[in-house]
Amino acid sequence: MMWPVGSRSSFVERDFRKPKEGTFTKRRKHFCDTFALVTIRRCDSGCFWGTREIELSVVFSMAKVSKKTSNKKKLMVSCGDPVISEGDQQPLYEDEEEEQGGMDRAEEETMSSEEDDGEDERKRQKLLEAIRSLGGKRKKALGERSEAAGQMSEFSVNPDAGPGKVQLSDLIGSLEKTPAVPAKSKKQLKNLQRSKKTVDSPLSKQDTERIQRDMAFQKAASEVSRWDGVISQNQRAEQLLFPLNRDPAGPKPVERLVVGWKARTPLEQEIFALLSANKQPLTDPILTPAEEASVKAMSLEEAKIRRAELQKARALQSYYEAKARRERKIKSKKYHKVQNKTKRKEFLKHFEEMVKMDPAVALQELNKMELARMQERMSLKHQNSSKWAKSKAIMAKYDEEARKAMQQQLEMNKELTQRLITPLNHDDDDDDQEDEEGGAADEADMFPDFVNDAVDGRDASNPWMKGKLSAEPAQQQLSDTLTEAAQAVCEEEECWAGETEEEALLGEFNSRRKLLQAQESDAAGVVLPEEETEDRAAAVESEASDSDDSCLLESPSISGGRENVLKETKATGCSERSAPLEERLMRIRTVEDLELLPHEPSDEPSQPPSTKAPPSEEKHLGKRKKKGIELKEVLTKETKLIKVPFTPTVTDSEDPEAKMDQRGLIKEAFAGDDVISDFLKDKRRKEDEGKSKEIDLTLPGWGDWGGVGLKPPKRKRRRFRVKSAPPPPRKDQHLPSVIISEKRNASVSLHQVHSLPFPFENHAQFESCVRSPLGRAWNTERTVKKVTKPRVVTQLGAIIHPMTEEELLKNNKKVVARESI
Amino acid sequence: MKVKVLSRNPDDYVRETKHDIQRVPRNYDPSLHPFEVGREYTRALNATKLERVFAKPFLASLDGHRDGVNCLAKHPQSLSTLLSGSCDGEVKVWNLTKHECVRTLQAHEGFVRGMVVRYCGTSFFTIGDDKTIKHWKMEAPGYGEEEEPLNTVLGKAVFTGLDHHQKNAVFATCGHQVDIWDEQRSTPIRSFTWGVDSFSSVRFNPVETELLGSCASDRSIVLYDMRESTPLKKVIMTMRTNTISWNPMEAYYFTCANEDYNLYTYDMRHLENPVKVHVDHVSAVLDVDYSPTGREFVSASFDKTIRIFPKDSASSREVYHTKRMQHVICVKWSADSKYILSGSDEMNIRLWKANAAEKLGVLSPREKQAIHYSQKLKEKFQHHPQIKRIARHRHLPKVIHHQKNELRVMKEARRRNTGEKNDGNPPRPPFKGELAIWAGAREK
Repeated sequence: MMWPVGSRSSFVERDFRKPKEGTFTKRRKHFCDTFALVTIRRCDSGCFWGTREIELSVVFSMAKVSKKTSNKKKLMVSCGDPVISEGDQQPLYEDEEEEQGGMDRAEEETMSSEEDDGEDERKRQKLLEAIRSLGGKRKKALGERSEAAGQMSEFSVNPDAGPGKVQLSDLIGSLEKTPAVPAKSKKQLKNLQRSKKTVDSPLSKQDTERIQRDMAFQKAASEVSRWDGVISQNQRAEQLLFPLNRDPAGPKPVERLVVGWKARTPLEQEIFALLSANKQPLTDPILTPAEEASVKAMSLEEAKIRRAELQKARALQSYYEAKARRERKIKSKKYHKVQNKTKRKEFLKHFEEMVKMDPAVALQELNKMELARMQERMSLKHQNSSKWAKSKAIMAKYDEEARKAMQQQLEMNKELTQRLITPLNHDDDDDDQEDEEGGAADEADMFPDFVNDAVDGRDASNPWMKGKLSAEPAQQQLSDTLTEAAQAVCEEEECWAGETEEEALLGEFNSRRKLLQAQESDAAGVVLPEEETEDRAAAVESEASDSDDSCLLESPSISGGRENVLKETKATGCSERSAPLEERLMRIRTVEDLELLPHEPSDEPSQPPSTKAPPSEEKHLGKRKKKGIELKEVLTKETKLIKVPFTPTVTDSEDPEAKMDQRGLIKEAFAGDDVISDFLKDKRRKEDEGKSKEIDLTLPGWGDWGGVGLKPPKRKRRRFRVKSAPPPPRKDQHLPSVIISEKRNASVSLHQVHSLPFPFENHAQFESCVRSPLGRAWNTERTVKKVTKPRVVTQLGAIIHPMTEEELLKNNKKVVARESI
Repeated sequence: MKVKVLSRNPDDYVRETKHDIQRVPRNYDPSLHPFEVGREYTRALNATKLERVFAKPFLASLDGHRDGVNCLAKHPQSLSTLLSGSCDGEVKVWNLTKHECVRTLQAHEGFVRGMVVRYCGTSFFTIGDDKTIKHWKMEAPGYGEEEEPLNTVLGKAVFTGLDHHQKNAVFATCGHQVDIWDEQRSTPIRSFTWGVDSFSSVRFNPVETELLGSCASDRSIVLYDMRESTPLKKVIMTMRTNTISWNPMEAYYFTCANEDYNLYTYDMRHLENPVKVHVDHVSAVLDVDYSPTGREFVSASFDKTIRIFPKDSASSREVYHTKRMQHVICVKWSADSKYILSGSDEMNIRLWKANAAEKLGVLSPREKQAIHYSQKLKEKFQHHPQIKRIARHRHLPKVIHHQKNELRVMKEARRRNTGEKNDGNPPRPPFKGELAIWAGAREK
């Protein structure tokens, strides 16, 4: 433990956590007595348990010491951090005391000689200077520039490091004490103090530049992207007009045409002065500034759009008006009934929403409804007490219609007097119930509504005629959905008892359908998937069988041949989308030369048609020059090859018996048709057709005697029997399992398009395009003009400037207009 | 046996009374009266043939330079004015309608590297091998006056490219760095560098006027924004790019002429892949210029031809060449999109029609209609083999033809060696197929 002792008498006072009262005060007094000046310093680096680097210089005068010490003691105690443990610190204290005891004496000595020290120092300095001056070369003292700002700050705090060094914590400490500082900033400062993170070192130059570049590029790219709309629109446009900002057609004002024109005569001048004073147009076609402004404000297109909007609105309005008028005129009761019913339903739906959204309004509505209900209950309108009802009641026994009508009436009554159950209502009910419990029993709540109704007990099947005390109406409605159907069935059975058998049958179907519909909601989810799975299974089965069949039937050699043919067509048929220029050495000068242009494009690497048959086959056929194909050989080949498609089935089924069975099955199934021999027959027939035939040109009686029973002589027959040249060898000559039709007409195909050109998606499109004529012989003048409109139009002798931002504005306007429609 | 006899029935051609209209014999042979498709097909075929017959694109040759023409400049306000700078430092101003030179000035010592007319058309700038930028008046000096530039700026290094801003008094040069200059100042207001020491061309975007593109000797294309302090982006290609040209109607597309015989159209927002690779030249492409309509561009090549490409087509629609035209150094598309101007090594400037078979001058409405109709017919039947064959036939000089074939063979061989399957299907992505060999561009 070192006590800093120096020329400046300073004493380090440690932050005592739990100082022993007695020792501390004693020691303090002792010190105070000895020194006139005591500097108490709390430091953390030099001592064991110091915490903060707050340096305080306190000057104690002798007189104040006693008072101060007591204060200090208090402060120390309050400042102290929570104790770690008593046991840990105890020995330290003791240690310290001992040391202090030793130090005290040394301290006393040094401190006592302190006053002399100042003088000694001065003397020493003098001596040193004298010695220095003796050392030969006299060094000129460098004139040092000292700035006041270096020593003294305008904030009256010494910026130099020293005893008065200001730390951030100092300032913060003062902040904490002032009540005006908000708690939040205090907290922030504390956090700041606590965080020991060092600030990241700045990025390297390359990195910063890269980031800057990236940012700049993003900005530029996004800025450029605003042209997207214009560009895509121009790409899609049917016609592009250049230059972009053309002067509008029509008469131009004289001023614009004649630049240097001036009013010269006094009359002219007077007139122009007048006109210009009133902001009137000088020549006819010019608009006043106000008019121009209005024109600018609304372009023609906008005006058109606006007009279209207005027209549409007007048409709609008149349409709705007419509709309303028409509906009002309808006299049909049924129509209105339906109408009213839907309205009521709508209202109910709306009401439910309203209950959730706006209970106050809903309550009002509810009150209104309640009033209506009360009125209904009071009136005898839908009761069966009216004259009509009574008559119906009499008739009801015999007449189905009358019964129905009565039922309907009662239904109506029921509906109208039914109480609406809503959350709002429930609250009321609760209140009511409480009231009831209080003693006052409400009749309406005790008995359901149908107690009030006239009950016709005769018809048991009628749901409206009998009420269940247990079920509340709303719940009833829900639960009835299923039972209703069943009841309906019963009803209908009764109803249709007297009808004919057919109608009964129909009715039965109907009722069943209804039952099904009722059940649908429950059962649909279960039933459908089953069906689907069944279907799927069936499909899979059928597919499987199909594939099996096809596997068996198709001989691979045939399919291979077909593939070859396909490949060939592909190879020849494909052409590039954008045909490159066919650049040759030949120069064409006349139309005749054009005709002589070579037909086959040499640029396209034309592959030789790959009509390769399997090599073994070719060998065989090459050996034998016979034209006919022997059935035997072909058949042997077939049997060999037919095994191929079966390999997968083996893996699938895994038992040879089944396989054999299947094969046998197929053999059995196709026992009658010999596909291969049929095919060969076909082929032979085709070959025969193609063969050249002898033409007999003999004329009986020509240059000889003619008549019945006379034949032209042999010599003449031989002479006039012409044998035409044999046709070129067939392409399928060496392909035993392929028939290649050679009906294609080469002379026509020369002019035909072989593959679908690029912009078209299917053949129909292309064909329709070719089929529709453009000429004036087949179209009206307007159509021709429209159809032959050139894609790009430029003005003769006009400079086309690059696109400007005005285009962007124009485009925006257009887009806005389109959106507004 | 059927014996045919000549028979003339007077009922067929004699009218009964003189009030009847004359009977006109008519041949009902259906082959003489085809349906509309047949007729239009014939018309289309004839139109295509006539187009090839009338395809005479070469209009005039402007001679007068005493060295190869190194640069051309269009006048932004006048269609008939053209400026050309040659390799001996001479600048000539031409009147295109009269096919004559109206003014000659010795602008620089050594090459005239670049030239641009100010947007107002009253003055122009030239740069040369003598490290100077000179600002000239468009008007010729009066009698007795000396040819003096309005302003001369002495640079530290040779300038190789020059372009002027579309609307402001600002221009850009490139040399060992890209500089942006104010017309009033003798020092650049901004300089861009990005690790390369020599640029070959710089172009302002005509639509987004603050953007620039440049191509450098390290095979890169660099984009800049005049307002930013750093370049924006860089693409490095496998071979050097000679020039770039921005599409004047589509702000973010530009096309660059590359040493690898191809042209690449890029979308400046997505520089990873070019939008289109334009092949057909058989030697380095030296210059490219967009048509003012932005639908086509013309390219000049070291193979002594000029080619016209539709902007979204991989192959050219037209190739121009003459026996005497040597390596084409520079090419421009006139501001009315009707003509093409090319300057070549052998000191001549050539004037071409942009559409080879187009009739020049004012057309009567009937003519116009007929042209439009036949144009549409050609379009409609363009896929028919006979018509296609005639429409795409071009005569090529022997050398170029052989070179082309050679290149094709080489390409196929390479493709075979790399194991690429050539199934004859064109829709292979052009970048991968073509550029794996030629110019795999990678982004930085």
